[in-house]
Amino acid sequence: MKEFKVMPIKNGTVIDHITPGMALKVLKILGITGTSESIVSVAMNVPSKKCNRKDIVKVEDRELAPEELNKIALIAPSATFNIIRDFNVGKKHTVEIPDTIEGIVKCENPNCISNKSEPIIQKCIVKSKNPVELKCYFCDRDIVDIISNII
Amino acid sequence: MISSELTQSFLGRDIVSIHDFSKKEIEFILARAKDMVPVARGEKHATPLNGKILASLFFEPSTRTRLSFESAMNRLGGQVIGITEREGSSLVKGETLADTIRMAESYSDVIVLRHPQEGAARMAAEFSEIPVINGGDGAGQHPTQTLLDLFTIHTEAGEIKGKNIVFVGDLKYGRTVHSLAYAIALFGGKLFFVAPDLLQMPNEVITRVSEFGSTPISTDSLSEIIQEADVLYVTRIQKERIPDESEYKKVAGSFVVDNRLLENAREKLIVMHPLPRVTEISPEVDQTGHAMYFRQAFNGVPVRMALLSLLLGGGQ
Repeated sequence: MKEFKVMPIKNGTVIDHITPGMALKVLKILGITGTSESIVSVAMNVPSKKCNRKDIVKVEDRELAPEELNKIALIAPSATFNIIRDFNVGKKHTVEIPDTIEGIVKCENPNCISNKSEPIIQKCIVKSKNPVELKCYFCDRDIVDIISNII
Repeated sequence: MISSELTQSFLGRDIVSIHDFSKKEIEFILARAKDMVPVARGEKHATPLNGKILASLFFEPSTRTRLSFESAMNRLGGQVIGITEREGSSLVKGETLADTIRMAESYSDVIVLRHPQEGAARMAAEFSEIPVINGGDGAGQHPTQTLLDLFTIHTEAGEIKGKNIVFVGDLKYGRTVHSLAYAIALFGGKLFFVAPDLLQMPNEVITRVSEFGSTPISTDSLSEIIQEADVLYVTRIQKERIPDESEYKKVAGSFVVDNRLLENAREKLIVMHPLPRVTEISPEVDQTGHAMYFRQAFNGVPVRMALLSLLLGGGQ
């Protein structure tokens, strides 16, 4: 009999193939702190045929928006996203990280002009897509801690 | 790319970072700068930028960069308007830099910007329809300094390829040395980094120069390496970088360039410094044939003339 580590959900979003160890950071990006009413299942270091080990996050009764998926892709570039409707996969999303990212990650250099009161949107250049490496478009500095700087 | 296409490619362009240029483009600017030397010296007159206005926006103190830009524009027959300090501008009233740039754009044909925040020039270029030249943005980029340094090495020491270029001083925080190291590697020069461990060249720069096949040698002893050097590029060690006073004195003292050190140097060694210097080059060196820092400061004029004329289409 097949053993389920995490039970199927009726409606909501399943984020699969998350880089092992990143599930809790995915929750942070989604703003899931334990105070919301949705049922959230997290599985970490699950054996996977495709990528050896992976994390999985299932959020019930919530369909994630494309901009939320883009943010997750920054820390888990091989993650896959399934919107579940009545136990079936209603929609599959794969996220392609673009060459530049706007309005998602802020520059970690406190002296960068993008962190001052100027009428500009934070912009990053993607130096590498897997693993994701970013640098600030304005000051050219590498953004080492992407997770802490997600807006 | 033929010369006229290259000339065309500079028209209206922003100069934000040395990384925005190809090797061929840098060579083209340096060749144009060489042609500008007699005009920069006042020996020849040319007014290709007659009727053009440079907005010189300096929100941080600057002597050489501002004066050489203004001299360059005047030598070419153009005019200069400007701000020499933050206090004299609307920024103190809370105006954004973006608004200041949009205003300056409507009064001029080209903008030179020095600003304490990194990325300021890149942002200014986004808001301006006219060319923006980065005159230094905080600890970020200073591309015209890199170009004038390259010009100095090229004219005073010859072809950069194969030359031993030694950087000494504060290599960690020194804005000019990071971009220059990249450019030297691009041109095939051999890099030597002499600094105390605390102030050595950041790994990021070493990785970047390695992409051009350069394998820099890092050391903390200047006397061991001086006899190999073709170019000695000296930078100031700032007191605030080393919190312990006695440690600062020890470190700063061990990187002083004086005639005794230069006894072991090659005859044609040139000593460069972006200036201002404090104690890192002894004044006695000024009298030797090695001293190149004042000519280096002069070279800011022909190099900036070359850029201004290329961006504004003068002398085509």
